[in-house]
Amino acid sequence: MADIAIRIRGLGKRYTIGAREQYDTLRDRIAAAASRPFRRMAPGGLGASTTIWALRDVTHDIRRGEVVGIIGGNGAGKSTLLKILSRITTPTEGEAEIHGRVGSLLEIGTGFHPDLTGRENIFLNGAILGMRKTEIQRKFDEIVDFAGVGEFIDTPVKHYSSGMYVRLGFAVAAQMEPEILIVDEVLAVGDVHFQRKCLGKLDDVARGGRTVLFVSHNMAAVQRLCTSAMLLERGKLARIGDVRTTVAAYLGGEARGGFAAAARTGEAQILSADLEDLDGRPLETPSCSDPIVCRIGFALPRRSPGTRVGIGVLGCDGTTVFTTNNADAGTPCPSGPGEFDACMTIPPNTLLAGDFHLALCLWNAGAILDLQEPALSFSVEAGRSPLYAERATRKGYVHVDCAWSVAPRVDASAVVLM
Amino acid sequence: MSFTLWEVWQARELLYFLVWRDVKVRYKQTALGIGWSVLQPFLTMVVFTIFFGRLARVPSDGVPYPVFSLAALVPWTYFATAASNGSASLVGNQHLVAKVYFPRVLVPLAAVLMPAVDLAVSFGMLIVLLAWYHVVPTPAIVALPLYVVLGALTAFASTLWTSALSVRYRDVRYVLPFVVQIWLFVSPVAYPASMVPAQWRSVYALNPMATVIEGFRSSLLGTPAPGGIAMIAVATVAAGLVAGVAYFRSVEGSIVDLA
Repeated sequence: MADIAIRIRGLGKRYTIGAREQYDTLRDRIAAAASRPFRRMAPGGLGASTTIWALRDVTHDIRRGEVVGIIGGNGAGKSTLLKILSRITTPTEGEAEIHGRVGSLLEIGTGFHPDLTGRENIFLNGAILGMRKTEIQRKFDEIVDFAGVGEFIDTPVKHYSSGMYVRLGFAVAAQMEPEILIVDEVLAVGDVHFQRKCLGKLDDVARGGRTVLFVSHNMAAVQRLCTSAMLLERGKLARIGDVRTTVAAYLGGEARGGFAAAARTGEAQILSADLEDLDGRPLETPSCSDPIVCRIGFALPRRSPGTRVGIGVLGCDGTTVFTTNNADAGTPCPSGPGEFDACMTIPPNTLLAGDFHLALCLWNAGAILDLQEPALSFSVEAGRSPLYAERATRKGYVHVDCAWSVAPRVDASAVVLM
Repeated sequence: MSFTLWEVWQARELLYFLVWRDVKVRYKQTALGIGWSVLQPFLTMVVFTIFFGRLARVPSDGVPYPVFSLAALVPWTYFATAASNGSASLVGNQHLVAKVYFPRVLVPLAAVLMPAVDLAVSFGMLIVLLAWYHVVPTPAIVALPLYVVLGALTAFASTLWTSALSVRYRDVRYVLPFVVQIWLFVSPVAYPASMVPAQWRSVYALNPMATVIEGFRSSLLGTPAPGGIAMIAVATVAAGLVAGVAYFRSVEGSIVDLA
């Protein structure tokens, strides 16, 4: 058992909705207690507050040194799980045994006080993250250096730009040396440069043999960092295993070849999506050299001029490869009401061999009417495409038809001498 | 989940930084800064001296009334500040509590320790006033730290309750200033405890601040020491602490969910 870092058994967390408002003041509580005998007679009186399970029946062992990505949609219970594991809140049922010193990073710059200087906040934030004062003193220069706030170190952080603020917060957190590191969506803040820096640091931590739990919506980051992944769906552990298949399961649902709406809502809605060839026959596994037609059925129950249909093509890790919509080709969308089919053709030799997902969107004047992400998944095979004539693999997601010319070099100095 | 003494000891540096943060922020944001900790008890002393000392001729155990009242206002101001700071502490640190784990009890503990800085400064003013009136402390002064500790523990015991209760019931915030105001008048701040009839002394002693204030005076001014009522006060505070810790431990796990 020595190699188990976190043992989770039947973990569940229930939240009561409505009860808090009911008993927000002592007066209400007293009033409620006084009226209790009558309440029992009122229909539905006692069951007025509803409870929801944010997390339920989660059981799993995480080995020492494992880097686990926790993925799932909003409200799947990812943050609740992290909060329980970092002891911020107690589970309603089940237990989580943790073997080792935990460092949790659920937010960048927790406890920063705007009126304190950068220097003061480094010490405060460090202490909040569980570091010793001597430890912070020893690493102080490194923190300032990493954050790149140099001359502003004695300026109150309220005068910092948001970028500096976040960098300083991360610089302190990066100095934590826990055995188990719990990280929530911290990459969502900051610019690309900062995100790369964060990922690099997390990479180091992961490679240092420490146990890491990482929540992110950035599937590329999850795939890059993690060795395994847990997929949560509505509070339940839906899937667990190697990171590639788990991420693919999350993105593709069950890698679907077609999409059909579960029910008609009576609102503007995407009804179906299928892949076809140019003759309208279903396309199961397209070849790289095939034109791929995406046929999207949608309903507009009311007249809504200016509606747009958009498709996002995502790579296997969730990276958006490109997006396109009907207006790109100057094709107007019917105003409705009615049901329509939109067809988009991806030219041959565009998508390289690999797995792709399609995200579909219906919107009007900036308001999203329906979004299916991802609606369907498919694999493109190399086939007999000229792109694969000379080698079996190519890097990237798409092929772009670029112009090339190669000719003898024109020597600038020679031109002058002549 | 509930805290242990060992955990609190482990987190002592965080406790220090929480107190340090509140002290720094407080003095950075105010124009008078540390002056406030002197001004408030001093002005109250002036008002008490005029109305209770001069006009109402309240007895003062044979010492000049300004010294008599200030010797009570110094510990009282500490207690009142600590109690109200403490009750608001968990609500005020919600952002911290929701994002990182540490023994929750550090928050009310820090809030009770922070006004000790003011206490030290206002104590300096009290010493100046003693010199001005040529009052020389007796050997009884060695007992002074005990009364300071008893006062801090009284504030902490009340804070364990009020801080946790105010997370759930925001009413506490409105009730507490009123309670503190009443508490001032049932404590021997403006008058000596000797004014309370003998048969009521033991009931009066249930208010630990009576012992704290009388003790503070006796160790500095040589007035009679609290004697028997001190035992009742210590027992009351001990009971309040044990119950407070038990209550706090029972709710600390759900503090985040309630807020």
